[in-house]
Amino acid sequence: MFARLVYESLRRQKRRNLLAGIAITLGVGVATAMIGVATNIGDKMSRELRSYGANIVVTPQDDTLDLEIDGVNLNPPSDSAYLSDADLPKIRGMFWHNNIVGFAPMLPVSVAGASKNVTLLGTYFSKRLTFGKEQFTTGVRLTHPWWMVRGTWPDDNSGDVLVGERLVRRLHREAGDQIEIAGRPHRITGILSTGGAEDDQIVAPLAVAQAILGKPGAVRRVYVSALTKPEDALARRDPRTMTPQMFDRWYCSPYVQSVAYQLQETIPHSHAEQIRQVAQNEGAVLSRIEGLMLLVTLAALLASALAVSAAMATAIFERRNEVGMMKALGASNAAVAALFFMEAAMLALVGGAAGFAGGALLASEIGRSIFNFEITVDLVLLPIILAIAVLVTFAASAIAIRRAVKFDPVCALRGQG
Amino acid sequence: MKLHPAEDPVRRRGGTRAHMLLRILARSATQGGGRALSALLAMVVAAAVATTMLNLYVDVQAKLRREFRNYGANVVVTAKEGQVLPAEALEATEAALNGRGLAVAFAYVVARTSEGRPVVVSGTDFASVRKLDRWWLVTGWPAAADDALVGVRAAAFVSPQSKSFDLEFRGRTIHLNGAGTVRTGASEDNRIYLRLSDFEAWTGVHPSTIEVAASGSPEEVRAFVRRLAGVLPFAEVRPIRQIMEGEARVVGKTRAMLFASSTLIILTAALCVLATLIGWVFDRRKDFAIMKALGGSERLVSGMFAVETAALGVVGAIIGFGIGVGAAAWIGRANFHTPVVPRFGVFPIVLAGSVIVALVAAVLPITMLRRVQPAAILRGE
Repeated sequence: MFARLVYESLRRQKRRNLLAGIAITLGVGVATAMIGVATNIGDKMSRELRSYGANIVVTPQDDTLDLEIDGVNLNPPSDSAYLSDADLPKIRGMFWHNNIVGFAPMLPVSVAGASKNVTLLGTYFSKRLTFGKEQFTTGVRLTHPWWMVRGTWPDDNSGDVLVGERLVRRLHREAGDQIEIAGRPHRITGILSTGGAEDDQIVAPLAVAQAILGKPGAVRRVYVSALTKPEDALARRDPRTMTPQMFDRWYCSPYVQSVAYQLQETIPHSHAEQIRQVAQNEGAVLSRIEGLMLLVTLAALLASALAVSAAMATAIFERRNEVGMMKALGASNAAVAALFFMEAAMLALVGGAAGFAGGALLASEIGRSIFNFEITVDLVLLPIILAIAVLVTFAASAIAIRRAVKFDPVCALRGQG
Repeated sequence: MKLHPAEDPVRRRGGTRAHMLLRILARSATQGGGRALSALLAMVVAAAVATTMLNLYVDVQAKLRREFRNYGANVVVTAKEGQVLPAEALEATEAALNGRGLAVAFAYVVARTSEGRPVVVSGTDFASVRKLDRWWLVTGWPAAADDALVGVRAAAFVSPQSKSFDLEFRGRTIHLNGAGTVRTGASEDNRIYLRLSDFEAWTGVHPSTIEVAASGSPEEVRAFVRRLAGVLPFAEVRPIRQIMEGEARVVGKTRAMLFASSTLIILTAALCVLATLIGWVFDRRKDFAIMKALGGSERLVSGMFAVETAALGVVGAIIGFGIGVGAAAWIGRANFHTPVVPRFGVFPIVLAGSVIVALVAAVLPITMLRRVQPAAILRGE
């Protein structure tokens, strides 16, 4: 009998139930979408922050002092220690290799120019490397995304070069011309614009710089762009002072310090350190954005709960006459309440499921249009969200039902609202 | 003979009509009881939520840009090829900034240690550098004369044993105390920093680079670059693309996120209000029926309901706006540690939105009820 009452009630009152159902679906949909976005935003923003470039630099352990003013390298060539480029593919094998967006080796050498020395920077542009069975590509196109080339990027295995835009004006050259470097001609495939020191330099494939220097395999520095987690107290501790469990936890968290530590382990005779200008501010910006999204999500949940409550309260309050009728026929308050709660639960479950699906779709769409990356809502959230939907619906219904059962049955029978 | 207003039939009709309307509105507001209150509550909360979101959206850009200024300089001023930076360059830069940013001058030479090892030495203003380059990890800032800030790498080479050391440049020697070390992971680690006055007295070399952290949107920064380039024809003024492009990207994505979220939230709030108000109006269909039965034209009766609901919308919008501004201020303080400026420009939007939602909520049920006979409504069907 009870089930029939519920069924008939749901079937007949289409308008009211539709409005309540739509409100529940929309409310749950918005809540799901916002939760999906808020839990993923740290990851997505972290990736966007990589457009600031490398946040870790790896140098030789026994390094000499750099003489550099405004990016112009004044070091005498014999005086430097070097890393080996044969060790670089090993970066692919380290624990956090999935967090390494890219790396680029740098080898600056001084070459004689018309009036004064010019710095030639050897690096990887978009070089294919092999580690074990894996092939991957890395270079400045990943670590220095603000570098712009008018023309084409040189092939990493060729002798072609890029010339900085200010230098190329002084030399009266253009893309496609030849330029003589250390007695040999090289083709200029493009003009490089960075807004930094490289505008006054020649940028060439690493092999070219190594040949000029006469030191095959030499690398002066490696810039690494890694996805990291904002720093906390654990991150800043010296690993040598940690207990084994603490060390494990530190090692297995992608702090910039632990990624640098692992890079140091991977590349022999190296010293890895965070580039503070990028790494420190990254953490701060990320914390702010995550905090903001959290608060916005709370506001969304509040708005959703209110929308659902309002719709449920309205739907039930309209049916005071029905309640009065049922009471006049002998139903107890508990029976009436049970009937309404059951209806509310059914609406909440159906509307909640539909809302969850819609919300997941919405979150995915938002992710794709803003970040070009899918945002997936974990299915594990479904029972949680359904439970919350039912709870909110119950709470809203409870208030309305309480007022409805207090309504005098006589007034209901008379048709007075 | 002039009739008394109470006796003049023409005046009485006009005056009484307005008077009656007001009385009906006042009565329904007070006698509406719980129903009107819950409708008002829904309106207030929805307006508050909408206000908070709009306030945040308008303000978050300014807030984020302030965060991004921690990345340091986004514009650099250097001398053109073969030229020297004029002495007034720093003042000209600060004048062009007009308080919206920070400019710091740096002078560089290559000096030698007592062992003859070359090292880059820079002269600058430490108070300004401290504000510009917040990520510098410094163990002790120089305070006294002839104090130096030594980069961590340079420290190993220059003064491994003692804290004081000598530097020589073009035959002139200076005796320095290492007040502290600086670690950045970049070129600063290889340098020694002195106060500009000490530096100039020792070397006679003047600043060659000015680093500027200019506040504002990318357009404002570019305008500043153009302005400064015009004032300093012998200098090269360039934006630092790494910083500017990174910032533009992240701020752009965050704004897009906030826009999507705000739209969703405001729509949900509007729906909440719509549902409640429709219920409220529908609930008063007996009043509607009685007025029609008493001879009120449909337009008059619909008009009255619309005015009532709109009045509710206006009151709710005003209260909600106040609460929303407070909530946005709290969020600003909690998250950004600076208050979110109340944007009163948002108020007309919130008010208009509330009134529109209220009118839709009034009109929709009434059009549905129009077709039903008043008698049927009064009977309770």
